[in-house]
Parts: sequence; structure tokens; C-alpha cells
Amino acid sequence: MSKPGSETSKISRRKFLGTGITVAGMSVAPGVSLINVAEARPLDQPVSSKQRWGILVDANKCSKGCTSCVDACFTENGLNRGDEQHSRPGQKAQWIRKIDLRDKATGHEVSLPLFCQHCEHPPCTDVCPTGASFKRKDGLVLVDKHICIGCRYCMMACPYKARSFIHEELTHQFEYAPRGKGTVEGCTLCVHRVDQGRNPACVDACNAAGHKAMYFGDLKDSNSEVSKQLKMHSSKAIRADLELNPGIRYRGI
Amino acid sequence: MNKINYQEIEGSSSGFIALLGILGIFVLAGLGATYYMEHNGHYVTGMNNQIVWGLPHVFAVFLIVAASGALNVASIGTVFGKTLYKPLGRLSSLLAIALLAGGLAVLLLDLGRPDRLIVAMTYYNFKSIFAWNIILYSGFFGITIVYVWMMMEKRMNKYYRPAGMAAFIWRLILTTGTGSIFGFLVARSAYDAAIMAPMFIIMSFSFGLAIFLLVLMLGYNWTNRPLGDAIIYRLKNLLGVFVAAVMYFVLVFHLTNLYETEHHGVERFILAGNTIHTTLFWVVQIIIGSIVPLIILYSKLGRSRMWVGMASLFIIIGGIAQMYVIIIGGQAYPLNIFPGMEVLSSSFGDAAAYHAYSPSLAETVLGVSGIAIALLIVVLGVRVLKFMPDSLADKDVDPHQKA
Amino acid sequence: MKYLRMMLVLLTVVLLGNTIVLADVPKPVIPKGNAEECVLPKEEMRVDHMNYILHQRDETMHRGIRTKKFSLKGCIDCHTVKDDAGKIVSYKDKKHFCNSCHTYAAVNIDCFECHASTPTAKGTISSTGGKK
Repeated sequence: MSKPGSETSKISRRKFLGTGITVAGMSVAPGVSLINVAEARPLDQPVSSKQRWGILVDANKCSKGCTSCVDACFTENGLNRGDEQHSRPGQKAQWIRKIDLRDKATGHEVSLPLFCQHCEHPPCTDVCPTGASFKRKDGLVLVDKHICIGCRYCMMACPYKARSFIHEELTHQFEYAPRGKGTVEGCTLCVHRVDQGRNPACVDACNAAGHKAMYFGDLKDSNSEVSKQLKMHSSKAIRADLELNPGIRYRGI
Repeated sequence: MNKINYQEIEGSSSGFIALLGILGIFVLAGLGATYYMEHNGHYVTGMNNQIVWGLPHVFAVFLIVAASGALNVASIGTVFGKTLYKPLGRLSSLLAIALLAGGLAVLLLDLGRPDRLIVAMTYYNFKSIFAWNIILYSGFFGITIVYVWMMMEKRMNKYYRPAGMAAFIWRLILTTGTGSIFGFLVARSAYDAAIMAPMFIIMSFSFGLAIFLLVLMLGYNWTNRPLGDAIIYRLKNLLGVFVAAVMYFVLVFHLTNLYETEHHGVERFILAGNTIHTTLFWVVQIIIGSIVPLIILYSKLGRSRMWVGMASLFIIIGGIAQMYVIIIGGQAYPLNIFPGMEVLSSSFGDAAAYHAYSPSLAETVLGVSGIAIALLIVVLGVRVLKFMPDSLADKDVDPHQKA
Repeated sequence: MKYLRMMLVLLTVVLLGNTIVLADVPKPVIPKGNAEECVLPKEEMRVDHMNYILHQRDETMHRGIRTKKFSLKGCIDCHTVKDDAGKIVSYKDKKHFCNSCHTYAAVNIDCFECHASTPTAKGTISSTGGKK
């Protein structure tokens, strides 16, 4: 590695020490694994483009009929707390869904979870008139619901149909996952957990279910598990032809 | 050539009051529908997470497209110096402003958060075509109002040509922006085509002129003002050219898609499917909205005002159908997220052959109210200001004199 | 916007005769927070809380800064009000900390269309660390 490179790693080591202290002081609780804590930022530090969060989904390990990731997502973000009583099935929010596929030519079947692909060049942020759809410096594509006017242009533009519109008043939101009527929302990669140095809920759930089909981590850190896995075996981006460079990649499709 | 004398319409007849009343009821119904939709949320509409833009958008985009086309009559007079069209400039501009206002109202009232209009005005993402359009639409109002003022105010008459030129260029950019809302969507196989922008421009010529002709004929008939055949004859011939041009663009658009294997699915869905979109395309858009009007306009029937009016009406209906097929049909065809793969199951409709959409009464009323808003503005406009020449009889507009 | 609103209020007061208006509307009951004192002197918070919250909103949303001092979550966690049955009330209730004043001042706020207006109960997965 070149000199500037080692400089950054020194800084991040210092940061890491500070982080460790802050996090240890406030929130190490049973269940927080130490590997994740290393990635947490101090609360007062902004996100930086030195990191890019991503997930590798190994479709070979993903089990058909298993919805652990979907269930965990809904529970974590409050999508199944009894709101959306009036909405028809096609109107209810889904941040993540399981899809079963068959190759038309070969007949090979595969099952995988599909959610916001957190593109490097997201079409949703291009089309959003107010800038409510935006990409955070660390690669997370989010909706700033404070300035979302509910035009749904992002839903027209997203090649993955990763977004949902809220069709009625909600009252059971969690503190850490605000969502409401008339705005568009989608997978945040559990930004509230990622900012604490934890895995997104879907990843933890997949691990807990024993499938271990999802690797989460920093794509820009060559030592992260996800980077190592991506380097080791071939993987694909969905709709790679669009050149959006998603942060979510798939193996086995 | 006689001097053209513009005059407000007489506004105390029972017919005028009745017209205002009817339009007012439609506008109020639209506002009521908005309140109902916004109070409850969009679950009371037929829209969902697959069909995210519904009937309000069909009407809104139709009206916005027609608005820029309605200004064409004025542009032909001002920019291209055709004397015959000059007396029509004021009404043409008024109609353009009114149609745009109607379309925008519907678009805004359908937003998830219409109360955040101020946000849309203060936060701009300059890469968004919607954001461009907010500027383009506001600018269109501004430029057209200045244009009308320069036509009406004697002292400003000398400047009206540059204003008309600016308005003409602005409207071309505006419709390019509207078409690009769809043309720039890479994700959807029904859109993502640069031809969308020019196609929308030519559609605007056709829809705008059809509406203008209808308004002109009804307006002069109801106010008992003379309207000569010369103008009708010119306008209806021009309308025919525009209708044919729209058909040409539609043909090229579909031919391109039919040539490319990746678009075969969506073409089969629209052109040869078993949904409403296929019926709307062939029966309403092509036959009723294009072929029948062409036959009427260029046959002996074209000499009858009643038939010219019918043809205009058919073109408007065909235009709305065309918008429906573009906007709803384009969403109804499922996104091809996994090319080469067949989706066996998904909870989000990815495995569906197509996404169904059945509009609710509320969103239909909201959409239709856009037309009422536009017409109400026109009716009030011609009542209070001098938009309409008191005579458009042949002898008064003399088409044979060189400009 | 703020000045406009202030002018409107002033105008109303002048037009209707200030004594009558002020006397007729009961003063809001402002419940105390659960902590000894607020993150800033209360005089300052009363005047400027919206600016602090707005600033924090953009910092958190766009830059991922999650300091607690001015977070809405902090307000909600501390300023809880219970109803007669001992349950923490939501913004829909007139007794809610934010609502009591904002109703009095007739200032509509847009926070709780999306944000929870009551603390998220401890023991939900995110406060315990992810494992169920």
C-alpha cells in the first residue's frame, strides 16, 4: 500500500480507539458482537465516503420458503405492528421481499431476497425533484421524508421496485424508524443499526436461522468479510446492464 | 383588412351562469375528492405500489401537453407571421394558461403531501426532470402572461413578436421536459426512449389544437359572434396534419420496439394483449382518435362544423386514451428485474403477468376536475378581459392579405 | 414564514382587542420533563427549540450525526406525560408535551406524521442489540 493509504489507516485506527471507548461507554449490550463495534462511528462524526456499506447475498445458501430476513425487517422497522389496516395488499409497504426464480433457458431455480440495492448511481435520487431521495456518503440510499412530497417519481425510476408509498396514516412507528402517510420509503439497510456498528436486521436474522446467506460490511475495506467473499468468488449485480453499481450483490444467480 | 375589435363576452345570460355553475360543480367535486384522498390517504384510490401514477396523472399530463399545444395558434400568427391566426392569439394564450393551470392543479392535488408545495418550491434537485418542469411550468405562465399583455396593451404591441418567439421556444422546451419525464426512465421497458420528447411535442400540437378548435367554435356559437369558414377550414386542415404526424411517431416508436427483442414482451402486452390497454390503443387511440378524425377532416364531412367539432372531440378522447396507455400501460407491464429469468413467486407482484388498475371514483373526479378548472379559467377570462374578437367573419380576418 | 406568522398573530390580537383574546384562552399546562433540567435553559428552548431540532434533523438525516443533545428522540424520551390510566399519551392527546403548547399557539407541526410521539418501549429488538 502507498503512503497516503497507510496514513488513512492510521487515522482510522485512532478513530477506532475513540469509537471503542464511546461505544463501550454507552451501548455494549449482550448480542452486540465485537467485530461490528469496530465499525461504529462516534456519535458526533459525520459519515464519510471512506466507507461503503454493502451486502453479498449468496443465493445458493438462501432457502426457498424461508422468510427470516423479511420477517426480521418488518419487525425491526415496524412494518407489521398493525398499521396499514385499510391498505390493500398491493398498497402495503414492503422493504424486502423473497423472490423465487427459474432460468428460462436452463430451468435452474433459485430463491433470493430483493430490497433496495443501494446503487452508486441511484435513478431514484436522479429523478427526485426535491432531493428527498439521496445517497449518504457511505453509500446508503435513503429518503429524507421531511422533504418528500409524495410524487412517486422515484418509484417509477427504480429498476428494482424497491420502494413503497404509504397509503394511510400510521401510528405505530418506532422512534428509530420514522415513516408516515403520503411519503415514499424503502430499505434503509437498517441505518440506525449500521450507525451503531451493527448488522442490518435481515443479515442477523439470516445468520440466526443458520443459513448465513448474507454478508454485510464495508465494501471499501478490503479486510471486511464481505470484501473477501466478493473477491474470492464470482458474484453479480442485478440489472448490471444499467451500470448502476449496486451495493448489494448476488452469488448464484 | 378591417381592424380587429376585441370584446369581453356578455356575462348576464342564464346560459353563461349555467355554464359557470356546471363547471363550478365539477371543480368543487374535484376539491372534495382531493380532501377525501388526502384525509384518508391514497388507499382510497386504485393506485398502489405497482401502479403508482393513476388517472389523475393521465388527465394532468394530457392537459399539460395540450396547454403548450394550445399556444401554437398564437405562435403561428406571431412567429410565422400568418395574418389569419393573429386575431386568435389572445384566446390561444388564455387557453394555454388555463389548460396548464388545470393540469398542474391535478398533479399537485394528487401528491402524497400536497401541503408541502412550499418544499417543492424551495428544495431543488437540478438533476430531476420534475424540478426542471417546476421551473418550466412557472416560466410558461410568466412568459405567456407577458405575451398576452403585449398583445393587449397598445404601447407594448411593438414588443409582442419577441415575446411570442420566447413563448414559442419556451413551450417547445416545456413539452420536451414533459416527454422526458417518461423518456428518461431507464428502468421501464415501455419508456426509456428519446423519441418520447418529440412525440409529446407533436401530441401537444394535435391535442392543443383540437381543444382550441372546440373552444373557439363553441365560444363563438354561444356568444352569437360571427366566425367565418376561412379560419375553421385552415385550422381543421392543420389539425389533420398533426393527427397524422402523431400516428407517424407512434408507428416509429412501436416499430423500434418491435425490432428489439428485449421489447417484444411489452409490445405484445400493449398491441396484442387481452387487457384494456390493447383495446384503448387500437379502438380508442388509433381508430376513434386518429383514423376517424382524419377521414372526417379530409372528406366532405370536414365542411360541416358539427363534424369538425366531432373530429376534435374524438382527437381529445383518443389523446386521453393515448396518455392512459402510455402512463398506466407502461406501469401495468411488470418490470423486467431479472432478464432471462421467470419469476415463480413474489409477494410484491413480480410474478404477475400484468398489474391491474381500477380507478376509484375519487381519483376519476379529481382528474376530470382538471378539465373543469381549465374551462372555468377560460370562461372567466373571456368574461373579464378582451380575449375574443367580436367578429371572426371571413371579411374581417382576410386570409389573402400578405403579412 | 416566521415573521409572517408573528405579524398575523399581532394583527389578530390588535383587531380583536388583546385583553379579550388573551383572557379567554386558557394558558397551556406545560408538563415538566423527567430530568432535572433541559439541555438548554428553558427560556432559550422556548424561543429556539424548532431551530435546534431542524438543524439536528438535517445533520442526522444526511450526515449520520446522532448526538443526543438536540435529537427529537431526546425530547420525546424525557417529556412524557401520562394519562389517568398511567399510560404515556401520544401527540393526539391534548396533554402531550408538544401538543399542549402548539394548540395554544395555533402552530401546526409536521413531526408526528412520521415520528413516534412516545418513547419506543425498551425491549424492542433495536434497543437490546439485534438478537431475538
